[in-house]
Amino acid sequence: MEKNVGTGILRHCVRFKVTRPPMETITLPAVTRVAVCGGTHGNELTGVHLVRELQKKEAKEPRKGGVSVVTVLSNPRAVQQCRRYMDKDLNRCFTSALLSTPVVEDTPWEVARAQELNGLLGPKGSPSAMDLVCDLHNTTSNMGLCFISYSQCNWLSLHIFRHLQARAMSSIPMRYILLGVPPSEAYSLESVGKCGFTIEAGPQPQGVLRADIFNAVRDAVRHTLDWIRCFNAGAMFAGGEVEVYTMVKTLDFPRDPETHNITATIHPDLQDQDFCLLRPGDPLFLSLSGETQRYEGEEPMYPLFVNEAAYYEKGIALWLARCTKVAFPPVQVEAGAPGGPSDPEKDA
Amino acid sequence: MRNLVSEANKPLSPAQSSPLPPAMTGVASLCSARRVAVFGGTHGNELSGVALVGLWLQDGAEIRRRGLEVRPFMANPRAVQQRTRYIDTDLNRAFTLENLSSAQGEDLPYEVKRAQEINQLFGPMGSPDAYDVIFDLHNTTSNMGCTLILESSDDHFNLQMAHYIKGAVAPVSCSVLLNDHPHLHYSTTRSVAKHPVGLEVGPQPQGVLRSNIFESMRLIMKHALDFIELFNEGMQFPPCAVEVFRVSERVDYPHDSNGNITAMVHPSLQDCDWEPLNPGDPMFQTFDGRSVEYKGDCTVCPTFINEAAYYEKKQAFVVTRKETLTVMGIRVSNTMLSKK
Repeated sequence: MEKNVGTGILRHCVRFKVTRPPMETITLPAVTRVAVCGGTHGNELTGVHLVRELQKKEAKEPRKGGVSVVTVLSNPRAVQQCRRYMDKDLNRCFTSALLSTPVVEDTPWEVARAQELNGLLGPKGSPSAMDLVCDLHNTTSNMGLCFISYSQCNWLSLHIFRHLQARAMSSIPMRYILLGVPPSEAYSLESVGKCGFTIEAGPQPQGVLRADIFNAVRDAVRHTLDWIRCFNAGAMFAGGEVEVYTMVKTLDFPRDPETHNITATIHPDLQDQDFCLLRPGDPLFLSLSGETQRYEGEEPMYPLFVNEAAYYEKGIALWLARCTKVAFPPVQVEAGAPGGPSDPEKDA
Repeated sequence: MRNLVSEANKPLSPAQSSPLPPAMTGVASLCSARRVAVFGGTHGNELSGVALVGLWLQDGAEIRRRGLEVRPFMANPRAVQQRTRYIDTDLNRAFTLENLSSAQGEDLPYEVKRAQEINQLFGPMGSPDAYDVIFDLHNTTSNMGCTLILESSDDHFNLQMAHYIKGAVAPVSCSVLLNDHPHLHYSTTRSVAKHPVGLEVGPQPQGVLRSNIFESMRLIMKHALDFIELFNEGMQFPPCAVEVFRVSERVDYPHDSNGNITAMVHPSLQDCDWEPLNPGDPMFQTFDGRSVEYKGDCTVCPTFINEAAYYEKKQAFVVTRKETLTVMGIRVSNTMLSKK
């Protein structure tokens, strides 16, 4: 049975897999402090360059429409060397355990950096954390523009996603992905804020900056900030429904048992087919000697992060996801909240 | 011209785009090519070559040909192990005379030491003992399709091979990039051999192995080895014409005073390798959407557009000019045939 967090148990939804929150409007505090982060992986260049551009503009318009936007180059050392990370993947360092581990001489650079970022944008779970953290990433997979979130009750994220979809930005398809990990076990940068989501855009090779991808993400960030300003000004946003892909499990490449080298690659019928249903018996891998290996799962699932460069070392050839519809309620800013419509400071 | 035994016994002039004297359209007798190597992993994150050489080191049946040694070789194993382009310095720029002749020492950059080792194993460069042919397998993030990279317009063996391969894969395209530019030419790993041949297949991200790209490279290698086998067995390849793209300049991104790029390859140019770029066409796009136009004085054919590894080499794309080279006919010299 699906339980609707925050408004009680919906007993009549026992039969349904879809969560049905109540249709009454949810009021939320104003979103006045936003962080836009890039270069969490130093070779994912859209975020690196967009953050640099926003920093130039920030200097001219520090607080537009009552929203202060902090821009952060998350992993400057990795950015400088155009590599994903120096010692350890920064975007796995934001668990509660790693954020509280003592930093000593041989602590990986990224563990220490994560604690710095937690101090800057958090602390995670505290009232002084950023209202919203938006982290920009790229993938070598053919995924278009994706929002990635931990919780299906991330109302701000769902509303912003729907707002961007309605704008039909460029011609890049947009999807919403849920991580399938409980928020208490969150490990990535955006979990430091009170609310957060990742924008993942691809396909783009590591170390390459494509103008079409940059323009789409730049527009996504601009529309996100516009939505927040409207929200803070008191607009009411109608509820709706969004298709989401919940990540369930991974499949690794076939590997040589001794060398651990891959012995097959993603089958040409699956390559670039992220979000296209993979049915039992469909081709999955093609061995270097020409044999096809097929998907042996019993349940048709949706492949994502197909052939992502950074996941070879994590033993992941692709993720498999289920697709469901998630409904979200109407939202409006709390009346009288700081930064809300009656706040005299909001247009400072 | 190395290893050429000219029947007409006349000096050979470099190939030009204008009609050549009759001597250039004759048939040259060349030494057989018995010692061939295939290099993968010169750049450790260009995975097609890594996978192909890895496969052939385990089972070389596919690359076996009559009368020919074909040796697969992993050029930069440490970079391959770390799945990075290089450890200290780019191996594919390290084969300078200075590096190869400098005293061996522990504190040399890893790739310089490796270059010296490779030169001993497959060279020495410029000597009669050097390998006849080295194929060096590369990937690019640019949309170049299948590309053969040649370093000399005088190497008629290589040009005939390119012609053969292009015909064999048609209607699929295989472009020939000729880099004999005095300043932009660089000291490649394959240049240890008498006939260096670069194979560049893209687009493929660094660190990714795409099936279609892998199979394309494999097919090109099959045709290349077939050519060498046929040549060694006495097949005569008549004079022909080969379309090449000759490197003429490199174009860098615009930068600010901090060295950060201020514009990206324009969406109209992105992925348009080999297609004509006219003066006035969009070339870059700034981060706020303004176009920067190509200001050259004639139509050119850009390639290596938005190659990841070239940001640090200050290259957004390479400008080439399309030319048709007239290639001499070739056949293996009779003395070589009788030794078979």
